[in-house]
Amino acid sequence: MIHARGLTRSFKMKGGPVHAVRGLDLDVEAGQLVAFLGPNGAGKSTSLRMLTSLLPPTSGTAIVAGHDVVKEPSAVRARIGYIGQKNGAGENFRVRDELVSQGRCYGLSRADARVRADEVLTQLDLEPLALRRPGTLSGGQRRRLDIALGLVHRPALLFLDEPSTGLDPQSRANIWEHILRLRADYGTTLFLTTHYLEEADSMAERVIIIDHGRIIADGTATQLKSDLAGDRVTVTLSTDSDAPQAAAIAERLTTIPPAISAPAVSVTAAGEIVESGASAPVSTAVSGAILQLRVPHAGTALPEYLRALDAAGVKVVAAETSRPTLDDVFLALTGRTLRESESESEPADAAPASV
Amino acid sequence: MAFVRDTVTVFEREIAPTLRDPLGLLFTMMQPLLFLFLFGPLLSGTTSMNDAPWQWFVPGILIMMCLSGPMMAGYMLLVELIGGSMERMLVTPISRTAMLVGRTLKEFVVLLAQSALIIGLSIPLGFSANPVGVFAGLALLIVFGVGLGALSFVLAIASAPGGELFYGVTQLIMFPLLLLSGVLLPVEYGPAWLQTAAALNPVTYIVNAERALFSGGFTDISLLYGLLAAVAVAALGLTLGTRSMRRGV
Repeated sequence: MIHARGLTRSFKMKGGPVHAVRGLDLDVEAGQLVAFLGPNGAGKSTSLRMLTSLLPPTSGTAIVAGHDVVKEPSAVRARIGYIGQKNGAGENFRVRDELVSQGRCYGLSRADARVRADEVLTQLDLEPLALRRPGTLSGGQRRRLDIALGLVHRPALLFLDEPSTGLDPQSRANIWEHILRLRADYGTTLFLTTHYLEEADSMAERVIIIDHGRIIADGTATQLKSDLAGDRVTVTLSTDSDAPQAAAIAERLTTIPPAISAPAVSVTAAGEIVESGASAPVSTAVSGAILQLRVPHAGTALPEYLRALDAAGVKVVAAETSRPTLDDVFLALTGRTLRESESESEPADAAPASV
Repeated sequence: MAFVRDTVTVFEREIAPTLRDPLGLLFTMMQPLLFLFLFGPLLSGTTSMNDAPWQWFVPGILIMMCLSGPMMAGYMLLVELIGGSMERMLVTPISRTAMLVGRTLKEFVVLLAQSALIIGLSIPLGFSANPVGVFAGLALLIVFGVGLGALSFVLAIASAPGGELFYGVTQLIMFPLLLLSGVLLPVEYGPAWLQTAAALNPVTYIVNAERALFSGGFTDISLLYGLLAAVAVAALGLTLGTRSMRRGV
């Protein structure tokens, strides 16, 4: 469905060129649900805009739905749906009128466009709102309308740019219900960006993490988590003074191989950042009497560790484990958490050019 | 054929809100209407005017409307550019040029309806004009309006996504263009520098041509100047407009 090679985009800005996307290689097969994950400014939207023919790439090629986005943009546009970050319906127009216009934009006859408009209204539970203007709809209703607009021509490939951002949890769940139903009912290939980690984690079968315009990881959420992050074990000791000994024991454990440092999944040259986050063996962190370990499988590591501590006479008052999140994966790859990256004033865009 | 279909698609989309709520047209032409009813009668009271103040004033009001309507069209485009609806349409296979032409056609139809309304409303006030001249005048007005509309679209595209440029420029040029064209009061009464400024304003020539046409002066030299000014604005607007649409919004 999508085959991109060396896709690059830079923008001319006052402070010099900004490299938003740097050499994107991507293959997405039909029927997949892919989540494109990364902090704001990582290059998600720019990538999406190139793949949907909205933005010509500075270099590189992309074949989307069987056609070249630069050479045959019309053929690509006819076959894909795109739901942008902003609301797609014009403020001045009625909901149903916009859906009919959209069908006409794809070359449907007036009659066909009307039939199709009514079908998507039903599909997304929007019938009662058909005569309203978009401005009078709630956030969740507007987002459903955006999806309806993207479905008018029954695309086999649908791009969604942050489909659930800014919605309340209930509306988010509802939007996801519709998105997942699309896939179940029509086998639509879905390519979406999100910065909600939990969404990427639970919904997508494939997660691609992008940072500073480059893909830094690509795999299933489970695979990424176990390969790149590992489980977290938190142990509380009875006294601070035991901590160094407990840390030393942790490093000798057989069930905690130092393999976490070498991510098995494709990691592109994010340079020294990757190492600083991931190469610390078992990444043991000590703070007072509390020890944190990162291990591939907490279930097997914890009993062994506790036995070893017991044998050495180190008293443990509490122990708990937690499953990794995609944020842990991002941290392991970049040394930053996604939330930290979000709050950087000018993420990625302001990064020094390395081309 | 696809181009015609796309143009019709855009035109139908744009005109639908107007057809559903024709009264909205009245609100968008409030300013010219107010001038017609609240300013026009003042003119007819002055003795220094020529003996047919309405024949002099109504063409000016049409020009005033022609300045504000297309500017408004640019504003509507800007709103769609800032929101996501323009982007949504750009991802469909619809022709870029048709998106501009369809919008312009809608402006054309609206302008025609509004002009007819202004002329109709001014007849009871004492306006009488050469019928052929009125038709020719409307044609000239539309050439000018289409060009202005396209220029306003170009400005809107250049102003996205912020929009400040659009508001700045329209605020800055709207009133000077209007005041320096002799729409409200004859420029001839002003000082020399003001007359020079008016002579540099293309709108002046169009107003003069409209006045000549409405009074049946088909051989007046101002017709030629007015036509040239209108065609120049239209050519410039459509050229820049198609270019910026092609280049991608």
